[in-house]
Amino acid sequence: MTTPAAPAQGPGRRRLDSARIGQIRTAIVLPLIALVLALVIGSVFVYAAAWLKDGKILLSQPLLAYGALLSGSLLSYDAIVTTLTFTAPLVFGGLAVALGFKGGLFNIGVLGQLLMGVLASVAVGVALAGAPTIVAAPLAFLAGTLAGAVMGFIPGYLKAATGAHEVVTTIMLNYIGADILAAFVAGPLRVPRAPAPITYDVGHAALPIFLPKTGHVGIIIAVVAVVVVWWLLYRTTLGFEIRTAGINPDAARYAGMRPGRIIPLTMAMSGALAGMAGAGELLGVVHKTQTSYATNVGFDAIAVALLARSNPIAILPAALLFGAMRAGAGPMQVIATTPRELVDVLQGVILIVLVAVPVIARTFGGRGGDVIPAEAITITATYGGDKVAS
Amino acid sequence: MTSVTELPADQVRAPALEMRGITKRYPGVVANDHIDLDVRPGEIHALLGENGAGKTTLMNILYGLARPNEGEILIDGEVVRIAGPSDAIDRGINMVHQHFMLVPVLTVAENILLGEETMANPIFLDRGEARRRIKELGQRFGFEIDPDAKVGDLSVGWQQRVEILKALYRNARVLVLDEPTAVLTPQETDEIFAVLRRLAASGHSIVFISHKLYEVLAIADRITVIRRGRVVGQRIPSETNEGDLAALMVGRDVQLVVNRGESHPADTRLAVHGLTVADDGGNEAVRGVDFEIRAGEILGIAGVAGNGQDELVQAIVGLRRPTSGTVTLDGRDVTTASTREMTNLGVGYVPADRHRFGLVLEFSVSDNVILTDYYRPPYARGIVRNDAAISERGAVAVKEYDIRAPSAEVRAGTLSGGNQQKVVVAREMDGDLRLLVLDQPTRGLDVGSIEFIHRQAVRKRDAGTAVLLVSAELDEVLELSDRVAVMYRGRIVSIVDGRTADRNEVGLLMATGTRHEAATADLAGTTGADGAASARP
Repeated sequence: MTTPAAPAQGPGRRRLDSARIGQIRTAIVLPLIALVLALVIGSVFVYAAAWLKDGKILLSQPLLAYGALLSGSLLSYDAIVTTLTFTAPLVFGGLAVALGFKGGLFNIGVLGQLLMGVLASVAVGVALAGAPTIVAAPLAFLAGTLAGAVMGFIPGYLKAATGAHEVVTTIMLNYIGADILAAFVAGPLRVPRAPAPITYDVGHAALPIFLPKTGHVGIIIAVVAVVVVWWLLYRTTLGFEIRTAGINPDAARYAGMRPGRIIPLTMAMSGALAGMAGAGELLGVVHKTQTSYATNVGFDAIAVALLARSNPIAILPAALLFGAMRAGAGPMQVIATTPRELVDVLQGVILIVLVAVPVIARTFGGRGGDVIPAEAITITATYGGDKVAS
Repeated sequence: MTSVTELPADQVRAPALEMRGITKRYPGVVANDHIDLDVRPGEIHALLGENGAGKTTLMNILYGLARPNEGEILIDGEVVRIAGPSDAIDRGINMVHQHFMLVPVLTVAENILLGEETMANPIFLDRGEARRRIKELGQRFGFEIDPDAKVGDLSVGWQQRVEILKALYRNARVLVLDEPTAVLTPQETDEIFAVLRRLAASGHSIVFISHKLYEVLAIADRITVIRRGRVVGQRIPSETNEGDLAALMVGRDVQLVVNRGESHPADTRLAVHGLTVADDGGNEAVRGVDFEIRAGEILGIAGVAGNGQDELVQAIVGLRRPTSGTVTLDGRDVTTASTREMTNLGVGYVPADRHRFGLVLEFSVSDNVILTDYYRPPYARGIVRNDAAISERGAVAVKEYDIRAPSAEVRAGTLSGGNQQKVVVAREMDGDLRLLVLDQPTRGLDVGSIEFIHRQAVRKRDAGTAVLLVSAELDEVLELSDRVAVMYRGRIVSIVDGRTADRNEVGLLMATGTRHEAATADLAGTTGADGAASARP
C-alpha cells in the first residue's frame, strides 16, 4: 500500500513487472508442465494397455505411441491437414466457451448449440444442394450460425428474466438439441425409403476444399472468428460491457449497463460460434447426418477454453493441440496398437493440472496462490445464482 | 474451569503479551517490519495506523492466521509458537472481529458454546452450566445479558458484547478488538468503552485497533502508531493530541477537519417527496421520506447503517425503483430515470462499496475512469473503443486527482484503498455536476485520502452542486454538512443545522429516533424490533 507520502514510482513499477512475469509464467509454463506431466502419466496407461493386450511390456512402448501420435498429426502433409480439420470445430467451440467465460457465463451447452448448427445447415444445405456454391454454402453456414445463436439465446434469456442458472439450462438443452436433430432427421429431412434415417447430401452447399484432401474453408473462417472475437471483446464498447458484466455485474449495473440485455446477447453470440462449429463440420466434413451426430467437440471446447485461459488468440494453439491429438489418435492405434482413448487421458491430465493445481497450490499457501483462473471462479462461484441480472 | 481474572502474582509484572521484531514479507511488500509491541496486564493498548499500515497483518500473526518471517511472540515472558487460532485461544488470546462471527438464529448461550462446548457429558451440551457462567461473567463486567435471547434480536452494540463474552468464556486474558466502534452509535461506543475499562481493571489486557484518533485518545493507556509496516512512535494519551497522532500516522501534517466555510445555497436542486422504497426482500426500507437539497448545499444523512440509507440512495440515483413518492431534479421528475439518464443529467454518485459497485478491479485505471462514459465520444467511435482517448483520459485523471499509480494502465486492484477511491472520485466528481451523491465516501480510507475527498466535496458545493452525503461516521456528517438529516428505521426523524448540531443529540436521534433521554432505556438488553433494525449489516 502506498501512503500519500510514498513515491509513486519505485515499488509500483516493480510490482507491475513481477505481475507481468507471473502472467507469462502462468500462460506458458503451466500449460507446458501440464503437457509434460500428461505425457508421463499417459505412459503408465500405455504400459498398462500393452500389458493387458499382449501380456508383456516393451520399455519403449510410450515412445512408440507418442511417435505415432506425432507422425499422425504433424509429420506429413496429410497429417497436418487432418489436424487442421479436427482443429476448426475446436476453435469455434473454444471461442464459444471463452466468450461465455468473459461474460461471467459458463456455457456447457456448446453441444446442443452445435447440433442446432448441424440441423439448420443440413436443412438449408439440402434445400440448396443444386444451387451455386457461392450462394448455397454461405446461406447454409449462416443458417447453422443463427440456429446456434437461438439455442444460446434461450438460456441467456432465462437467466436474465428468471435467474435460472445457465449451467443447468444449457445442460438440459444439450439433450433437447440432440432430440430435435433426431426428430428432424427421422422426419422431414429423411431420405425416403432409406434403410435407416439419414439426410440427403448437401451437394453444392458443401464448403469448398482449399487444402486437398480434407482442408475445407471452415478452417479459414475459424481463424477469422478468432480475430473477430478478440476485436469484439477488446476493441468494442459491447465487448467492454460483456467483460464488465462478466467480472462485476453490480458495477456494470451501477455504470448504467444493462446485464439483463448483455447476458442474453453474450449467450446468443456464444451459441452462434458453437453453431458455426456444427455448420463447419456438416458442410465441410460429413455433408449429411443421421439421427445421432457423434462429436466430442461440445466438451473438448470447454477444455480448449480453459487451456487458453479464455484468451481468444490463445484459443488457436490450444485448439491445435487438441486437434492434433484427435488427428493422431487413429494412426497411433494402428501403428503402435495403443488405444485411441489415450488421447482422452492426456486431455484429462492437462485439464486437471491447469484447473486443479492452482487451487491446490492456493489451498496450501504455495506460490501458485494468485493464479486461479477466472474461469474456475466462474465455474465454482457463480453456481449460486447470485449473479442474477435485473 | 478456573476463573479468568485470578492471575498469579508473579505474572503481573511481565508483559502479558509481547511481540518482538515481527517481520512479515509478502511478495513485493513488507507488511510488518520488525514490529515490537508489548501489552501489560490490565492495559488498554491502542494500535493506531491507517488502512494498509500492517495492523491486520500483525494481529493475524498473533492469532496464528499468518506465519511471521522473523520475530517471536512471548506470553508472560515465555516464547510461544502460535500455529493457528486454536493455539491462540488456548493461550488466552481472543479476537473480536469487526464483522461479528455470530449465528443470528441461535441464542446468546448457544453462540458462546459454538466451538467451545463444555463437555461435561460427551453427548449433550451442558447448557445449564453455560447459562450460569454467562450470567456470572456478565454480572462481573457490568453487562448482564439474557443467555436465552436470540442474537438476531439484539442491537449491534449488544451483539458486540456477546462477542466479548464469548472471549471471556474462553478464558481470554488478551482481547484484541479490531475497529470495534465502526458499527456503533456514539452512545453505544461509550457503553462499550465502559465495558473495556472494567475488563482492564480486572486484569485483562486489551489491544484496541483503530484509526479513529479521538477514540484512541479516550480509551487507551498507551498508543502504538504504525505506518507502512513499522512502529513510528508510542504515545501516552495525556502527552499527545489528535494532530500529533495524525501526523505520526500519515507521516506529514494533515488537516483533520476540512474547513467547510460558508455555504451560499441557491434554488432547490433535488426534491424528494413521500419516497417509499422496498429492499430486496420486499420490506419497506424507506418510509415516506421528504427532503430538499439546494444548489450549493451539503445535506448529510446520519444514521446507523441499515436504517434505509442504502435504499434511499439507490432510489435517487436510479438503481432501485421507488414504490411511491417522487424525486425531482431542478423541477424535472426523475423518479423512474435510469442510472445512465441520471449520469447524463449531471448526477455523480460515489457508491458505498467501491469494490462491488464503484470499480472493476481487474480493469485498468483508465477503463475504470470511463466506466460510465465508455459508450460515447470521445471514448467510442460508433461501437469501437477509442483506446487513445481512454488512455489519455486515464492519464489526466491520475494527474489531476493525485492517484498514486505507476500509470493509468495498471489494474485498479493493485492500488491502495485511498487511491482506488480517488479513481471513483475522478470519474464521478469530474465536470459540472448538478447533484453529487456521496455514499460512505471515506469508509476504510486513510486520513490523507479522507482529507482529499472532503476537500473535493466542499469544492463541488462551492461550485454550486447539491451534495447528498450519507455516512455512518457521524463525525464526517457533522464536519461537512450544512444540514443534517437523521434517518431512523426508514424515516427522517429530524433535520438539524450542521454547524450547531449537538453530537450527542444527533447520536441519540440515530439510536432511538427521538431526542428524549428516556428512550435510551430501550437500548439496554434485548430490544425486539429496534434492535433487529439496527442489527442489519
